[in-house]
Amino acid sequence: MWVLTLYRSTIGKKAIMAVTGLVLVGFVIGHMAGNLQVFLGATKMNAYAAFLKSLGELLWLARIGLFVALVLHVLMAWQLTRLKQNARPVAYHLRAPQVSTVASRTMRWGGVLLLAFIVFHILHFTTGTVFPSASTPDAIYPVWSATDVYGNIISAFRTPWVVAAYVVAMLFLMLHLFHGAWSSVRTLGLARSSNFPLHRRVATVIALVVWLGFSVIPVAVFLGVIR
Amino acid sequence: MPLELKSKVPAGPLPEKWDRHRFDMKLVNPSNKRKYTVIVVGSGLAGGAAAATLSELGYNVRCYCYQDSPRRAHSIAAQGGINAAKNYQNDGDSVQRLFYDTIKGGDFRAREGNVYRLAQISMSIIDQCVAQGVPFAREYGGLLANRSFGGAQVSRTFYARGQTGQQLLLGAYQALEKEIDRGGVTMFARAEMLDLIVVNGRARGIVVRDEITGTIEPHLADAVVLATGGYGNVFYLSTNAKGCNATAIWRAYKRGAAFANPCFTQIHPTCIPVAGDYQSKLTLMSESLRNDGRVWVPARKDDCGKAPGDVAEADRDYFLERKYPSFGNLSPRDIASRAAKEVCDEGRGVGPGGRGVYLDFADAIQRAGEDRIRERYGNLFEMYQRITDENPYQVPMRIYPAVHYTMGGLWVDYNLMSNIPGLHVAGEANFSDHGANRLGASALMQGLADGYFVLPNTLGDYLASNKLEPVATDAPEVVAAVADVATRTSRLLGVRGTRTVASFHRELGKIMWEYCGMARSAEGLRTALELIPKLRAEFWRDVMVPGEGTELNKTLEHAGRVADFLELGELMCRDALHREESCGGHFRLEHQTPDGEARRDDDRFAYVAAWEYAGIDAPAVLNKEPLVYENIKLSQRSYK
Amino acid sequence: MQLTLKVWRQRGPDVEGGLEEYQAADISPEMSFLEMLDTVNERLIEKGEVPIAFDHDCREGICGSCGMMIDGVAHGPMKGTATCQLHMRTFKDGDTVVIEPWRARAFPVIKDLVVDRGALDRIIGAGGYVSVSTGGAKDGNIIPVPKLDADRAMDAAACIGCGACVAACLNGSASLFTSAKLSHLGLLPQGQPERYRRALKMVAQMDIESFGGCTLYGECQEACPKEISIDFISRMNRDFLYAAVTTSAESGVGDDS
Ligand SMILES: Cc1cc2nc3c(=O)[nH]c(=O)nc-3n(C[C@H](O)[C@H](O)[C@H](O)COP(=O)(O)OP(=O)(O)OC[C@H]3O[C@@H](n4cnc5c(N)ncnc54)[C@H](O)[C@@H]3O)c2cc1C
Ligand code: HEM
Ligand code: HEM
Ligand code: SF4
Ligand code: F3S
Ligand code: FES
Repeated sequence: MWVLTLYRSTIGKKAIMAVTGLVLVGFVIGHMAGNLQVFLGATKMNAYAAFLKSLGELLWLARIGLFVALVLHVLMAWQLTRLKQNARPVAYHLRAPQVSTVASRTMRWGGVLLLAFIVFHILHFTTGTVFPSASTPDAIYPVWSATDVYGNIISAFRTPWVVAAYVVAMLFLMLHLFHGAWSSVRTLGLARSSNFPLHRRVATVIALVVWLGFSVIPVAVFLGVIR
Repeated sequence: MPLELKSKVPAGPLPEKWDRHRFDMKLVNPSNKRKYTVIVVGSGLAGGAAAATLSELGYNVRCYCYQDSPRRAHSIAAQGGINAAKNYQNDGDSVQRLFYDTIKGGDFRAREGNVYRLAQISMSIIDQCVAQGVPFAREYGGLLANRSFGGAQVSRTFYARGQTGQQLLLGAYQALEKEIDRGGVTMFARAEMLDLIVVNGRARGIVVRDEITGTIEPHLADAVVLATGGYGNVFYLSTNAKGCNATAIWRAYKRGAAFANPCFTQIHPTCIPVAGDYQSKLTLMSESLRNDGRVWVPARKDDCGKAPGDVAEADRDYFLERKYPSFGNLSPRDIASRAAKEVCDEGRGVGPGGRGVYLDFADAIQRAGEDRIRERYGNLFEMYQRITDENPYQVPMRIYPAVHYTMGGLWVDYNLMSNIPGLHVAGEANFSDHGANRLGASALMQGLADGYFVLPNTLGDYLASNKLEPVATDAPEVVAAVADVATRTSRLLGVRGTRTVASFHRELGKIMWEYCGMARSAEGLRTALELIPKLRAEFWRDVMVPGEGTELNKTLEHAGRVADFLELGELMCRDALHREESCGGHFRLEHQTPDGEARRDDDRFAYVAAWEYAGIDAPAVLNKEPLVYENIKLSQRSYK
Repeated sequence: MQLTLKVWRQRGPDVEGGLEEYQAADISPEMSFLEMLDTVNERLIEKGEVPIAFDHDCREGICGSCGMMIDGVAHGPMKGTATCQLHMRTFKDGDTVVIEPWRARAFPVIKDLVVDRGALDRIIGAGGYVSVSTGGAKDGNIIPVPKLDADRAMDAAACIGCGACVAACLNGSASLFTSAKLSHLGLLPQGQPERYRRALKMVAQMDIESFGGCTLYGECQEACPKEISIDFISRMNRDFLYAAVTTSAESGVGDDS
C-alpha cells in the first residue's frame, strides 16, 4: 500500500510535511491578503469576514482541511525530529556548521513557536476566549465582538506586548518559510539543478511578503495609522 | 628435488588455445556448485571480480579484506585507464598487437599463452564493465572514448576521468555486494590472512585474524584464491596504499608455493618527488599526463637553481624526445624512469635535493587551451596543487620515479594455480602476464581478466577433477597453522623494545631503494644481502609494539607486515643478483649497451625464476621454468 | 610549527571515551594531516604508549578510509579535500585542534577515531548495482550514452564512501551517499530497468540502518571531499516518491520495505 510505503520512510514523511506545509503556505498568503483589507476600513473588512462566515459548510470544510494539514505537518515534524535524535545518540564536543542557514536550523523550535502562536491566535481572534484588553481600551471598540472583526483587530493591538508577540511570531514565520518554501520543492524532487534556482528566489519573496504583509497590521494599528 | 613447474599452456595455435582449453576443462554440475566452498582473499579487481562471479555461478564464497570495506581495495587508486584491443579508433589495433605490445613491453619475459589469452579477454572486460554501469568517458556521439598510454602507438585505453580504477572496482564491488546480499558470498572485512592451511598437499584454508577482536581462527574450504595485490611497500615509500602487503603470498611461499621473479619491480616515472623524511607515501601522477606533458631538465647544471620560466627554450633538454624520437614522452616506464634518474645523477635534476624533472604543459595549454587540459586532467592537477601548493597550469610539475608495481609474485600455471594444488593466485599477487615490465593500463586488465573470466573457469575444472575429503577444524595441520600464527603474534608483542615499526620499515626501504631499485649492481646487492638479515635480527630484538593482541591494534598489523618484508626483501636481492642481465624493470649496471640501454641475455635467462622456501636461514632454492616463444621472435627492445 | 591536539580516545566499542590532550611539536607545514598524526604516534610508541588509532590506506583521497571531525568540521577546513589530502599549511603555529570520530548510531566507534561504516555497504547491497551476471554483456558500444549523461553519472559515481556526509549532517542522514549511487546508476541507460526498484530498496535500507532524514541543510555537500551536489538528493526523492506511488508490491519491494 503506497501510503504506508510513504509513511514508513523518512523521505515519505518528509514529503507529507512538504505537501501539508505548502497547503499552509497557501492559506497564510490568502489569510494575509484578506487581513490587509483592514486598511480599506471597517465596512469592507467586516463584509469580508461576514462573507467568509456565510460560506457555512464550505468554511468548515476549509477549516477541517487546514486542521488536518497542520496536524499531519506537526506529527511528521515530531517523528522526523525523533528519528534525527535517534540517528546521533552521542553529540560532538565541537561542531561548526558551515553552510546551513539559521532558517534551516530553527525549523523545529520555530515550528513549535508557530504552533503556540496559532493556538493563542485562534483563542484570541476567532473565539475571543483570550482577549487581553489594553490598559486604556479603545474608545470605539473596547472589547472583543463576534461580528466586528475590524474592531477586534484595532482593540487587540493597543496592547504593546500583544503587538510584540505578533511581530516576533511573524519573524519566525518568515524564517520558517524562507527555508520551508525552498526545501519543500526539493523534498518533492521538483527542483531542477541550477546555480540560481528559481525556487530559491520564489521562497525568499514569499517569506518577505508574508512577513511584511502580516507585521504591518499590528504595527500600523499600534501607531494609530488605522483606527 | 626441484619443483616440477608445468606451465600447462594448452597445445594448438595461439588464437585457439583458450577456447579449446575451456572445452577440455571439466564442469561442476550446477546443483553441486553450492556444495563447494571457495575462499577468496582480497576484494580488489581480481578478488572482487572472482568472488562475485564464482558466487553468481553458485559456489559458496568467503571473501576477505583488511580494510573496513571491500570497496577500499587498492585497485581504487588506479587513475589512468584500462587497455582493450577493441580498435574502436580504427588505428590498427588488434588482439595480436595488444599481445605483442605486452610481450615486448615485458621485455620478453612473459608466457605467450597467458598474454594472448589476456589480449583476447580484454574486450569482454570492457563490455562487462559497461553493462555494470561503469561511467567510462564518452565522445559526444555517445560512443566510448580512448586515450593513448605508454609503450603503445595505438589509442586503446578506456578511462573514467582520472578515476578508472575506482569506477572499475566499484563495478566489481557492487556485484560483490549484490552477491553478499543474496547470501552467496560471506564477506569478512577488517580480517587479515596470516597463514595458509595445507592438508595432504592441498590448500584447504587460511588462518585469519579478526582485526577488531584479535581472535585468530582457521577458515576452511575446498580451494583458496589469493588476490592480495603487490608487494611494492617493501620499499616503504611507494605509490601503493599504506596497507598493501606481502603477508598473504609470503605465508603461502613459506608453505611451499614458489615465488616467481621477485626482483621484477616497476618504477613509475611520474610521481610527486619526496618532500621530507616524514614522507609516508608517494603520489602517482597518472602516466596519461605524458600524452600532453613534455619532460625536460635544464641542459646546464647551473640553470637548475633558476625558476623553470627563466630557462630559455634553447637551454632545455627534452631528454625523452631526444633519446627516443619515435616514442618520446610516451616511452615505457622503465626506460623513462631510468632516463630521469640519469639526468638527475648528472646533477641536472630540479627541486629540493635535485631529485626531480619537469613535466611541462605549457605547449599543450597553448595548443588545446586550458579548458581542454582541465577537462582531461583537472582532478590530477588539483591533487598536485593540494600536495605541492604549486599551480601546474602556470609552473611545470616536478616529477620523479617511484616504486609502483611488482611484476613478480607467486608462480602460477595457465590455470592460475600455484604449485600447491588448490591454491590459485590472481591479479598483481601472481607473476603471470607482465614479464619484466608492465605496460600502463594493463594491470586493471589483468586483474579483471583473472577475476571475471579465467578463474571462474579454471577453478571449476580443479574442483570437478579432484576428490576433496572434508577437513576437520581439529586436523593436526589446522591446529599447527593456528598455533604458528598465535606464537608469532605474541612474539611481536613480547619484544617490547625501543624502536618503532615504522623506523624499521623506513630503514629497509632505504636499503631496497638504494641497492635493489632503478639500477642494480652485484656489489650493491651483496651489501644489501648483508644489511637486511642484520636489520631483521635487530627488528626481532628491539621492535616496540604497544597495546594488546585482543583489540584493534594497527601497530601490530604493521609489525607483522614489516616482518614479512624483511624476509621478502632478501629474496628480491638474491633474485636480482642471480639474474645476470638487464631486462625491463631489472637493470644491472654490469649489463648495458654502450649507450646505456638494457642488455638482455636470452640464451642464459629466458626463463622464469621460481624460488622455493628452504627455511629462514637457508638460502631459497632456484627453480626454472623455461620461456618458449613459438610465435614471437625475441628482438632487442627499441623505442628509438 | 607546534600544535595542541585534543583527540577522542576510546579503547573499545563499549568503553567510555574522552578527549585527551597531546602536544604536536616541530610539525612541518608540508606534512599531510595524517603524517602529523604519524609523527605524534611514533613519539607515543617510543614512550611505550598506545598510539591514536585512525583508518587510512591510499592517502590519495580516493579509497574513503580516512575521515575525522577536525575542529567540528568533517575532513577539516579545506573544501573538497579528504583528511589524508589536508596539509598542515592550512593550520597556524600554536593552533589547538580538536579531533573526533564520525558520530552516528549507524557508525559505532570501534576505537579512538575508527568507526564501523558497514551500513554504507549494506545500502549498496540493498540495490546499488545493475543485476548483470558476468558473461552475457553485449558490445560496449551497442548502447550509446550521451556525453553529458555519462559526465553527470560520473559526478555522482565519484563518491568515495567516506561517510563525511553523514558525519556533517545535523540529522545524521545518509541521503547524499545514497542519492549519489542512485543517480550514478539512474542516469545511465544500463541502470534504467531497476531504477525505481533500486530507489525503494536503497532508501528502505537507509532507514533500517537508522540514519536521519534530510532537512536540506546542505552541510553534506560542503563536507564531501568529492563535492557531490545535493541536487542528487532531489533526484533521489523524485525517483523514490514516483516509485512509492506507482510501483506495486510484486516488484519484490513490499515485503522488506
Ligand atoms: C597509484 C596507482 C595507480 C595505478 N594506475 C593504474 C592504471 O591506471 N592502470 C592499470 O592498469 N593499473 C594501474 N595500477 C596498478 C593496479 O591498480 C593494481 O595492480 C591492481 O589494481 C591490483 O589489483 P589486485 O586486485 O590484484 O590487488 P588490490 O586491488 O591491491 O587488492 C588487494 C586486496 O587484498 C586484500 N588483502 C591484501 N593482503 C591481505 C591479507 N593479508 N589478508 C586479507 N586481505 C588482504 C586487500 O584488502 C585488498 O582487498 C595503479 C597502481 C597504483 C598504486
Ligand atoms: C498580524 C497578523 C494576523 C492577523 C491580524 C490575523 C487576524 C485574524 C483574524 C481577525 C482572524 C479571525 C477571522 C474570523 O474569525 O472571521 C484570524 C483567524 C485565523 N488566523 Fe489569523 N491573523 C494573523 C496572522 C495569522 C498567521 C501568521 C496565521 C498562521 C500561521 C494565522 C492563522 C489563522 C487561523 C488558522 C485562523 C482561524 C481561521 C478560521 O477560524 O477559519 N493568522 N486571523
Ligand atoms: C504549526 C506548527 C509547525 C511546526 C511544528 C512546523 C515544523 C516544521 C519542521 C520541523 C519542518 C522541517 C522538517 C524537516 O525538513 O525535517 C517544517 C517544514 C516546513 N514547514 Fe512547518 N511547521 C509548522 C507550521 C508551519 C506553517 C504554519 C507553515 C506554513 C505557513 C509551514 C510550512 C512548512 C514548509 C513549507 C516546510 C518545508 C517542508 C520540507 O522541507 O519539505 N509550517 N515545519
Ligand atoms: S557523498 Fe561525499 S561525503 Fe558522502 S560518502 Fe560519498 S564522498 Fe563521502
Ligand atoms: S546535511 Fe543533511 S539534511 Fe540533507 S542536505 Fe545534507 S543530508
Ligand atoms: S586514506 Fe584513502 S581517502 Fe584518505
